[in-house]
Amino acid sequence: MRNDITRRDALALGASAAALAVTGASAQTTSPIKAADVPPPKFAIEKGASLRMLRPVRFVQADEDVFRANAAKFTKETGIEVKVDFVGWEDISQQTAVTSNSGAGPDIIIGFSDAPHIYVDKLVELNDVTDYLGKRYGGWLPLAQTYGKRSKSDKWIGLPFGATAGPLIYRKSVLKSIGYDKVPEDHAGILDLCQKLHKAGKPAGFALGNAKGDGNGFANWALWSHNASLLDEEGNIIINSKETIEALKWVKAIYPTFIAGTSSWNDVSNNRAYSSQEISLTANGVSLYFSLKNDPATKAIAEDSEHQLLPKGLAKVSPMAGLTLNAMLFKHSPYPNAAKAFLQFMMEKEQYEPWLNANSGYWSQPLAAYADAAVWSSDPKVSIFKNTMQSTYYDGYKGPISTATGAVSADYVLIQMCAAVATGAQTPEAAAAEAEQRAKRYFRRQGR
Amino acid sequence: MSVTTLPSRGVALRQPNWIARLFDYKPFLIVMCLAPAIGLLTVFLTYPLGLGVWLAFTDTTIGQRGIFIGLENFQYLWTDPLWWGAVFYSVFYTAIATFGKFALGFWLALLLNNHFPLKSLLRAIVLLPWIVPTVLSALAFWWIYDPQFSIISYLLVDVLHIRSTNIDFLGTPWPARFSLIAANIWRGIPFVAISLLAGLQTISPSLYEAAMLDGATAWQRFRYITLPMMMPILAIVMTFSIIFTFTDFQLVYAITRGGPVNSTHLLATLAFQRGIAGGELGEGAAIAVSMIPFLVFATLFSYFGLARRKWQQGEAND
Repeated sequence: MRNDITRRDALALGASAAALAVTGASAQTTSPIKAADVPPPKFAIEKGASLRMLRPVRFVQADEDVFRANAAKFTKETGIEVKVDFVGWEDISQQTAVTSNSGAGPDIIIGFSDAPHIYVDKLVELNDVTDYLGKRYGGWLPLAQTYGKRSKSDKWIGLPFGATAGPLIYRKSVLKSIGYDKVPEDHAGILDLCQKLHKAGKPAGFALGNAKGDGNGFANWALWSHNASLLDEEGNIIINSKETIEALKWVKAIYPTFIAGTSSWNDVSNNRAYSSQEISLTANGVSLYFSLKNDPATKAIAEDSEHQLLPKGLAKVSPMAGLTLNAMLFKHSPYPNAAKAFLQFMMEKEQYEPWLNANSGYWSQPLAAYADAAVWSSDPKVSIFKNTMQSTYYDGYKGPISTATGAVSADYVLIQMCAAVATGAQTPEAAAAEAEQRAKRYFRRQGR
Repeated sequence: MSVTTLPSRGVALRQPNWIARLFDYKPFLIVMCLAPAIGLLTVFLTYPLGLGVWLAFTDTTIGQRGIFIGLENFQYLWTDPLWWGAVFYSVFYTAIATFGKFALGFWLALLLNNHFPLKSLLRAIVLLPWIVPTVLSALAFWWIYDPQFSIISYLLVDVLHIRSTNIDFLGTPWPARFSLIAANIWRGIPFVAISLLAGLQTISPSLYEAAMLDGATAWQRFRYITLPMMMPILAIVMTFSIIFTFTDFQLVYAITRGGPVNSTHLLATLAFQRGIAGGELGEGAAIAVSMIPFLVFATLFSYFGLARRKWQQGEAND
């Protein structure tokens, strides 16, 4: 959808954008972010425009503070009122569904990863914004492109704001005591490490229960590192493959080395077990490290901890998908140009860099140039999160993203396949066949 | 009424206006008085129930309006091992938990029916598990059953040194199933105990006195007086209890979410998992609708099985 831009309307924003460019240039001396000199698109702001947006709640207070301050700055410079509401993570997808179906409500919603692909028909294309931002800030990272663009096209339906992933976190001293400096990249090595950890009484632990984040993270890693995947590029279900069987056999072999009870773990279980020093290796988002570091009682654990990208196994790069903040602009918005101007404003370095820094590593940037932000050199243990959006892996890899890919992970299909084999409830072959059947059920309408 | 005592001429003069006449018209009054109740029932009961049943015959998802697909959802469920698993566990859970609740609840009611100091206070305390919001008690049980931080494991391993490893309550199917049943029994006992206690107090003491004069033992008094007299209330309480247990959701969802590997899914949790988390509203509704026959059967069983007059009056007396 193209927007009609009249010359007269363009004046308002053109002037403010010019002002921005000037202040941007003066800030260049202190900011390490390199921005190319690209003329910003001129949006004809609608008369009397005001915006409403929803976004998921913060990890850290500074996130909300800076976000609100940036929005207030936009209002000051353009006169467009922006009302930002923060919504619980569990509620954002339902609210998006209602907004999309009823065609009323917020103009912009920042949802998670696959949301724009579910509501694609109701969204405004954002190519004018993304083209400009991409050119200005060194290009969009692979994960941002996957989640932002409509599959197999160059049409941007979402504007990624950042992503967070769950790499390995381990106790340096424990690994050293059994003769490892870091976690090996191959499956046999990982198995050996886990066996030795188990023998040393400080086992590994990965969630195999109905845990949306950590459970799917582990199941996807097990599959992807064996070159297995739910879908092929065309979207055909290929989960019942010999690669999957290999992955499941490995899961079965490694499961006995885990601490007991991982098949009933939910998303917080591994945080608790790691914080209480029951386990010495798990996979989690950066939140675990920060909660350890900020509590005097567990500070020593944080100092002894190290992050590492999920081991590659047979994959070429670390098979780790990041949960992505993905902004959507709805067609029902009466002020699409104002909304685009707002999104663009928020991604400019004067606003985005302070916001990225305020998040202290919880979210990592979708645009290459922001890798130079100060946050990534503030704590060496957090710096590996810098490349979260470099990943070529995503939820639903390697097919097109759809409602069904989201449903498969929300219904724990792949976790349960792994857990069934691990606990001996099913053979690898039977579990893969069942997962295939369940996935087919969710994908039955994709062609329609 | 005073109006009727007036002479007929007076009536003609004081002919009430149309509003008064309308309100004196019986059928109109009936409709007016019933309308709020019927309205509320329609909006909050019939409509959601009807919509739920309708959804079960469509392929509605959270993001998409569905189309009518007839029995397709039910045909799929029939072939779905997870649905059969949920049916099995729902029936098993209801049967064992109801039995447990009634055995312990009846026992507790008999104890509470005795005279002892602080009787009223104790009776009030017994209600506590039932008063506490289920989600809170579920969270408490979630900690009690935690694989790493369970208080029971702690006592057995670190304090009493009876075991060397923690108990894995929720990690394998059968222990997880029984752990949930135990939590449900704990929560359900007060309802049964207090209801049955109310029933016990309606039994006339003279019956017991007469029996004691005839030399009846305590067991005989229980078997031939208490039990038959309690049958009507047992039937009602059991019907309620079965319905509550079969449709239980919070305990299971808060403690295991149906895990490990779907072995503790009840029909209600499976319906939520498919309908809301998985987004397949139609299929979730179909799972919910599939509970109706079981509930109807359970209700009929309690009513016709337990509330028979023959039971209440003793076997020989037909």
